[in-house]
Amino acid sequence: MSTSASPPKTKSWSWRSQAFRGLVYQVLALGLLALGLWYLGHNTLLNMRERGIQSGYDFLVQTAGFDIGESLMNFDSNESYLKAFWVGLSNTLRVAILGIALTTILGTLVGVGRFSRNALVRGLCMAYVEFFRNIPILLQLLMWYLLFTELLPDAQDAWQVGAVFLSKGGLSFPVPIWADGHAWAAIGLVAGLLLAWLYRRWAVAQFESTGRVRSMFWLPLGLLLAMGVLGWLLGGAPTATRVPFKGEFAIEEGGSLTPEFMAVLLGLVLYTASFVAEVVRAGIQSVPLGQSEAAAALGLNRQQEMRLVMLPQALRVIIPPMTNQYLNLTKNSSLAVAIGYPDVVSIANTAINQTGRAVECISIVMLIYLTTSLLTSGFMNWYNARAAIKER
Amino acid sequence: MATQIFQSIASRPAPVQTGGLLGWLRANLFADARTTLSTLLVGGVLLWYLPQFLNWALVSAYWQPNAEACRADGVGACWGVVAEKYRLIIFGRYPFEEQWRPLVATGVLLALLVASCTRAFWRPWLALLWVGVLALFFWLMLGGGGLTPVETDRWGGLPLTLLLSTLSIAMAFPLALLVALGRRSNLPAIRTICTLYVELIRGVPLISVLFMASFMFPLFMPQGVKIDVLLRVLVGITLFAAAYMAEVIRGGLQAIPKGQVEAAASLGLSYWQTQRKIVLPQALAMVVPGIMNNFIAIFKDTSLVTIVSLYELTGSLGLALNSDADWRPFKIEGYLFIALIYFAFCFAMSRYSLWVERQVNQSKQR
Repeated sequence: MSTSASPPKTKSWSWRSQAFRGLVYQVLALGLLALGLWYLGHNTLLNMRERGIQSGYDFLVQTAGFDIGESLMNFDSNESYLKAFWVGLSNTLRVAILGIALTTILGTLVGVGRFSRNALVRGLCMAYVEFFRNIPILLQLLMWYLLFTELLPDAQDAWQVGAVFLSKGGLSFPVPIWADGHAWAAIGLVAGLLLAWLYRRWAVAQFESTGRVRSMFWLPLGLLLAMGVLGWLLGGAPTATRVPFKGEFAIEEGGSLTPEFMAVLLGLVLYTASFVAEVVRAGIQSVPLGQSEAAAALGLNRQQEMRLVMLPQALRVIIPPMTNQYLNLTKNSSLAVAIGYPDVVSIANTAINQTGRAVECISIVMLIYLTTSLLTSGFMNWYNARAAIKER
Repeated sequence: MATQIFQSIASRPAPVQTGGLLGWLRANLFADARTTLSTLLVGGVLLWYLPQFLNWALVSAYWQPNAEACRADGVGACWGVVAEKYRLIIFGRYPFEEQWRPLVATGVLLALLVASCTRAFWRPWLALLWVGVLALFFWLMLGGGGLTPVETDRWGGLPLTLLLSTLSIAMAFPLALLVALGRRSNLPAIRTICTLYVELIRGVPLISVLFMASFMFPLFMPQGVKIDVLLRVLVGITLFAAAYMAEVIRGGLQAIPKGQVEAAASLGLSYWQTQRKIVLPQALAMVVPGIMNNFIAIFKDTSLVTIVSLYELTGSLGLALNSDADWRPFKIEGYLFIALIYFAFCFAMSRYSLWVERQVNQSKQR
């Protein structure tokens, strides 16, 4: 556990005793830390009193008085700061969760692509990684935002594919109108998930006792989808959608993604995927070649070899650095403030400018990120423990 | 009795050529049906888009600083924006007629960095050289002693980026060493303090640390004491970077077998002697790639200071173009220009990291 040999446990109040010296050092360190904190706190209180800055979190219930460009829930300027922070948090989480999912897919593809037998694919993957990870993420976000807001056509002559529009105003697409049938579909999906999980447990048990390989992916997926469709049919098969159309000044109706959201998401995904690709590559490289040869000697085909031999071993190496990349993506989403996406940092920034409660707002932001980070790393640690070597 | 007449069998065909260009092509691009198909697909896409991009970026690009000509039809990239604005982009708001000073300062600092990377300079007097060059840098930038004084809030562009990254790397590394050792110390109080520091900092984004440095730090100081925003931001980046670096170094420390420390103890070495002569040389050699990645990350992260109104490279581009309606449409070319600068530095660092890795692992190579 430690890099120094444990001291001989002699009880003596002499400077020659390592235990005593250790005690003195610790008391000194704690004392200095406490003194420093007290000094900073004392100064802060004095300064606040001097400048007439009010402190406390009571501002959270006051009226915010600013609008938020986009939010998942309804928000208007009459609502409280607390609600504003809540909206910001939901925006941050939306980008982070979508980003993590997309990054994992893209990063894994690129990482595996670096082992392709095709030199073009290999070269392309390498160029991708080198290009995207050597340019600051902030610069990339700004560039994407510029591309989305300046180089795309105006809403009047938006690019159109079917009922999907892409213009300076963002991406518009048809969304189904909520009906009871959708609730039925959701219930069906949940039931399908449960069935698929039960089936997989049974299939794994079968595999372990008899060695017969059953469909582990397509059949459960089929079950899930079939149950969803069944629920949808039972609910009366609602098909009404809100289809966007070109209005006089903008694309109206339908669901939409703002250019800010798309820029943040795309920038974060492309940047982080270049790191994830390297993580995946290192993970695959860490499995000795003999493992793949041994799997082939046992008669496993390429897929089985990947799923049963290579991946479980590579995952052990991949998961911890992958966790770091997920956390980095979540933390980097705070850069959205630079392009005006209303994430939690951007809301806090506005709140600081309006109320002057810098200490409180920054502490809220830090608390939110700390909680998210700890939750994510907690989950990933649990997953890591599952994937780790089972030793005595 | 039929006599068998000797007949030579037909010679076998020559083996498929595996060397040379053709052999390489066959093995890497057209090995089997799937590979050939993906080659054709990827190659087709590249052949379609690459010429278009090259045409835009080079062939039909306009290089002279003339906004009117850039707007003409059929003109590709307008690199004239760089030709027109490069001094603003690279030196920010530094007074125009004094810009030879940041130029010289940047040159000297770059020379120092390159020198520090070469083996011939790894001598004790390198530390003195650092002190000398940094003093020269600050004298040139700040002025005084014969030069017109320039406030730090007018510094900007590449010199600021380089200064921020150099200083925060130089300060974060020793701090990270101490914290990493502290996290593995036998003393519970020291261990707790270091763990708390690392986990707290790693849990929050850099931008909130920078906000803290720019909004909250003034409140922490006693009345009348004003600390320059550059210095505050520098401290913020350093504290942030040190936490990440400490984790990398701790990884190396964990990989040292306990026997090494016990052997050192049985030789009668003290704690600091053990760390300095036995543990750290081995641990640091192991984590060179991780540390270099940290350095690259710090270099890229300096771009965030633009959010707290320090105009380094990213910020000075906005400064140069946002208020100029003539050139604003060509901002993307400006972005590409500074992206190229960042890329050059980061790529050089990552290549250098490979070289250092080979150097420190020479003893392990057979």
